[in-house]
Amino acid sequence: MSTETVEPTYELTVNGVVRPVAGAHQGDSLLHVLRDRLGLPGAKNACEQGECGSCSVLVDGVLVCACLELAEAAVGCAITTVEGLAPAGAEPGDAALASDVLTDVQQAMVEAGGVQCGFCTPGFVVAIHDLLDRVPEPSPLDVREALAGNLCRCTGYGRILAAVDQVVAVRSRSNGD
Amino acid sequence: MTVLVPDRLDDALAALDSDPALTVLAGGTDLMVELNYGRRRPIDVLSLRRLAALRDWHVERSAAGAGTREDTVVLGAAVTYTTLLGDELARLLPALAQAARTVGSPQIRNAGTIGGNLVTGSPAGDTLPVLVAQEATVELASARNGLRRLPVSDFLTGPKQTARRPDELLVAVRIPVRPGRSEFLKIGVRNAMVIAVANCALVVDRERRALRCALGSVGPVPIRDPAAELWATTRLDWDGHAAPHPSVVEGFGRRMAAASRPIDDHRATAAYRRHAVGVMARRALERAWRPAA
Repeated sequence: MSTETVEPTYELTVNGVVRPVAGAHQGDSLLHVLRDRLGLPGAKNACEQGECGSCSVLVDGVLVCACLELAEAAVGCAITTVEGLAPAGAEPGDAALASDVLTDVQQAMVEAGGVQCGFCTPGFVVAIHDLLDRVPEPSPLDVREALAGNLCRCTGYGRILAAVDQVVAVRSRSNGD
Repeated sequence: MTVLVPDRLDDALAALDSDPALTVLAGGTDLMVELNYGRRRPIDVLSLRRLAALRDWHVERSAAGAGTREDTVVLGAAVTYTTLLGDELARLLPALAQAARTVGSPQIRNAGTIGGNLVTGSPAGDTLPVLVAQEATVELASARNGLRRLPVSDFLTGPKQTARRPDELLVAVRIPVRPGRSEFLKIGVRNAMVIAVANCALVVDRERRALRCALGSVGPVPIRDPAAELWATTRLDWDGHAAPHPSVVEGFGRRMAAASRPIDDHRATAAYRRHAVGVMARRALERAWRPAA
């Protein structure tokens, strides 16, 4: 096995786009590559040990912490970050952040006051989307368990839980029409 | 640093055979933390991500005429905690599902694997007492020597030490389905995201009229005490299934606490841990002995 330090070069499929990764360091987590090599800062870097959930992303449709994924081993996987949840065109540098490019979860987080400092918000948004895709009408316990891996130091969680309730109510109403 | 992501088990075993120094990466919940914190230099990695067979599980029916009606659940080594929580596996192996549910968060349970829990071999590993109490076996594969099986209690040799040889890959965990109740209990500082201060698994084997209890996080590996198990077994009402006398559950808890070998560390004192496992062993016996609803 070669021990010389060759810069890894590989491609990752993020939000449906194949993106070449240049200059990644050996052993880089997916989180570092997303933020520092691919210019996708939505997943936040905090604990780097899977405790806080602020780097939550979907890998092949499964909710995981990007800090615990070895980037180079994720070649060929479909990676979805918070930037990829909103309709196309919502990535940084695009016509970003008008309310019409927010998802219903993001909009509800804003309206319910679930965003304060905002650092944990992207991780929560990804985790809430994942929950509601799997369980459209979760019980209060389902919600609390599903979000147990996402830490927020500002809101006390009540307004985040209210945002989830709001999305569930709106989605089930529109499904009933 | 080389990152190998083979599609076939044979290729993975060949890679390990030619370079036994490869570090096997499953869910990443242990290894990536070490890399992120610089506790470990970048290393050559064999990722199991594309070995789909290791993420599957199935039930092996007991052979006709084997004198037992025990089935065996065969879990691929990369089966995640989330998979263990699925309805069918939770019905077959309730204590294992209980243990899986206490691990980390949804994100961690989606990534972490049963094989990773075993090979990491942390004294606090939550599935380990369950596997020991169920008398599970592991299956190790190597290109040179094929498959070998050994009991989980022999596989775990010390804190973060196992009997895995460098050229071997843990490929499966075989867990007999015991006809009877089982229970898992864990103490930590809160409900989510905690490493066990102490944990405890208990299995009632109604067919053999045996009781097996394993304590975790209170010794280098999960601890059993066959003498304490036998002491309780001979005092339980296996025919009528009446509730055990309080002196039996208390005596059992006391004996298991005495069998523990805890240490003081940043999570708890040895004295607290010894007390805690006594309470957990008692509760586990009370709960597992309740008649089926």
